[in-house]
Amino acid sequence: MQRQIEGSRAVAEAVAACRPEVVCAYPISPQTHIIEAVGVMVKSGSLSPCEFINVESEFAAMSGAIGASAAGARAYTATASQGLLFMMEAVYNASGLGLPIVMTLANRAIGAPINIWNDHSDAMAARDSGWIQLFAETNQEAADLHVQAFRLAEELSVPVMVCMDGFILTHAVEGIDVPAPADVDSFLPTYEPRQALDPQDPVSIGAMVGPDAFEEVRYLAHLRQLDALERIPTLAAEFAQVFGRPSGGLLHTYRAEDAETIVVALGSVLGTIKDAVDRRREVGERVGVLGITAFRPFPREAVWDALSGVRRIVVVEKAFSIGFGGVLSTDVAMATHDGHCSLRTVVAGLGGRPITSLALEQMLAAATRDELDPLTFLDLDHGVVERERARMSVTRRSGPSAENVLRDLGTTRVVEEVP
Amino acid sequence: MTRQPVRFYQVGSFAAGNRLLSDADRTVQSDSHRTNSLDSGHRACQGCGEALGARYALDAAMRATQGQLVAVNATGCLEVFSTPYPETSWRIPWLHSLFGNAPAVATGVAAAMKVKGRSDVRVVAQAGDGGAVDIGFGCLSGMFERNDDVLFICYDNEAYMNTGVQRSGATPPAVRTATTEAVGREPGNVFGQGKDLPRLAMAHDIPYVATATVADLHDLEEKVERAMEFRGARYLHILVPCPLGWGSSPSDTINVARLAKETGLFPVYEAVDGGITAVSPIRHRTPVEAYLSIQGRYAHLFGEHPRSDIIARIQAIADSNISAYGLLGDDADGVGSEKVLA
Repeated sequence: MQRQIEGSRAVAEAVAACRPEVVCAYPISPQTHIIEAVGVMVKSGSLSPCEFINVESEFAAMSGAIGASAAGARAYTATASQGLLFMMEAVYNASGLGLPIVMTLANRAIGAPINIWNDHSDAMAARDSGWIQLFAETNQEAADLHVQAFRLAEELSVPVMVCMDGFILTHAVEGIDVPAPADVDSFLPTYEPRQALDPQDPVSIGAMVGPDAFEEVRYLAHLRQLDALERIPTLAAEFAQVFGRPSGGLLHTYRAEDAETIVVALGSVLGTIKDAVDRRREVGERVGVLGITAFRPFPREAVWDALSGVRRIVVVEKAFSIGFGGVLSTDVAMATHDGHCSLRTVVAGLGGRPITSLALEQMLAAATRDELDPLTFLDLDHGVVERERARMSVTRRSGPSAENVLRDLGTTRVVEEVP
Repeated sequence: MTRQPVRFYQVGSFAAGNRLLSDADRTVQSDSHRTNSLDSGHRACQGCGEALGARYALDAAMRATQGQLVAVNATGCLEVFSTPYPETSWRIPWLHSLFGNAPAVATGVAAAMKVKGRSDVRVVAQAGDGGAVDIGFGCLSGMFERNDDVLFICYDNEAYMNTGVQRSGATPPAVRTATTEAVGREPGNVFGQGKDLPRLAMAHDIPYVATATVADLHDLEEKVERAMEFRGARYLHILVPCPLGWGSSPSDTINVARLAKETGLFPVYEAVDGGITAVSPIRHRTPVEAYLSIQGRYAHLFGEHPRSDIIARIQAIADSNISAYGLLGDDADGVGSEKVLA
């Protein structure tokens, strides 16, 4: 049943339907509404039995989840941005220990300059952490992916991060069919840990491993992620049977059948991209979309299948590797490395900069004319950049760039719509 | 709290063999059915105070909980020497996650046990002074503040020994470490205000805080057992000499630990609900030189150019402790039992 509900609330209810036994909570925008809503459910008794722990940092949040999961409890937490970075040591540890923790990442930019709005810098920083990373395109998918995430995590003993765009999804109120507890119960079995701290069967977890075995342990983690490539589509199909709607999977295509140009992206921007593609189709451009849900493990073969016939690939990314360029682009390039087509990276939406359909349309038009630079920053104000570069060249003590740019622009920025 | 004084005169060290005691007063270690929680075969150095302390503490905790115990370990010597893959010395469920998160991991374990209706399973978290006083302090304070049902044990050897003897927040003044070398006008570690973790624990008003040394293992076991009588956050701070880092003889570990207490440099006490309830009195008040001179980490205070000025400052710290904690007790003639304050 669809309800008008905030994305965070829907995720909280979906998580609660999964019956987490330990939830570690630490506030950080834009994730707070999720953890607050779960907290209310625990305190009121509607989510029981569950221990809701108000920890003192994200590092403690993930660490508490590690302890709970190692003791055989289903554990959940949520974070974003700086919080993910602050817990990063424990994030790697959770996957290294093979603990099936599920965490929501409400994607947000990383400072400095401090910025609370959406981009994917945080998720990309955790790319190599050994976590499965699933990106939700919509709030419906965000809610559904959490249910699949617990199942996937626990089947494989690998932690799963469900990435949903901060504010754009977390704070958007829309019609969502929140997974019903009874359906979740039929989809998600009770957690049976592979390893658990149990006085009746004492084991040592977290031993020191030297050069003699470290590579093998790491390789096993890689194999579990490859197993996830097999399990994700199966679970999505099973989910569709139980819940009556498609959700999840490795990737989705849109109007891609005869496309010469395909735009690849993660997350909520796919909606805007589809709108832009619809309009370019109206003027006869053969463009399509590839939305990637499973970023880690990266579905190389499925991506190849989706892109093997195209002439141009445009990867729209809400993050980039400073000093190089695209992150997702690199993976897409590896998946399509025979050079049959051109690949362009478009960095867009950093720190919450709106990605307008107009800007996307113009970008697509340029791409179709083969006029798009290999690395494009969408809507970048080159004037601001040049003026700051000039200031820096004139005086040694030019001051903090972020403040200079703000002063240059005035207190608020108006994004000019290019006709 | 009352305890029957037991007077021992058998050896000059005040150590008492279990054979002199009634069965009820014998240590857990004297029991052939002890758990051997930290079993033989581990890779600790000869004379390691931490291995000794951990063995006694965990076996006592195991007895107190009828074997329903889970241990969480911070990164450090204890973790490294006990679990060189694929071997482990732990005969109890044991989890090592990271250096700075043992208190939070223990919180998670305790929460899991509670939610599963296994509140009979108790949780001990352990770390060295680096993992407790420095890098783990945020998580430890959070665990205290929430009063999570965890006994946290700090094995204090007063520096980062696992990484090669660098200064920690628990390193005493004038001590030579790899990062506070014995050079310059003020050789060794600075005379700061220190970071007294037992007092910081007491400031959280947690149910139980105690200090102990590996020189009095009866006392150590008693405190672990007492700690397990409480629910909520508990803190036990055990002084564990490190022959390698302290430059003391492996055969002197117990002696060094005893002198730390007898000089007044390491007050041994217990506190309930944030207030000190008992102190272990000094039996033979001893000048700090006796403690300092047998440790290489203080060698720069002696020898050709002795630094009596620095020794005097260390003595002043000991004197201040003796006064502040009432360490001379009522019967400083060397026959004292535990002094009970409340």
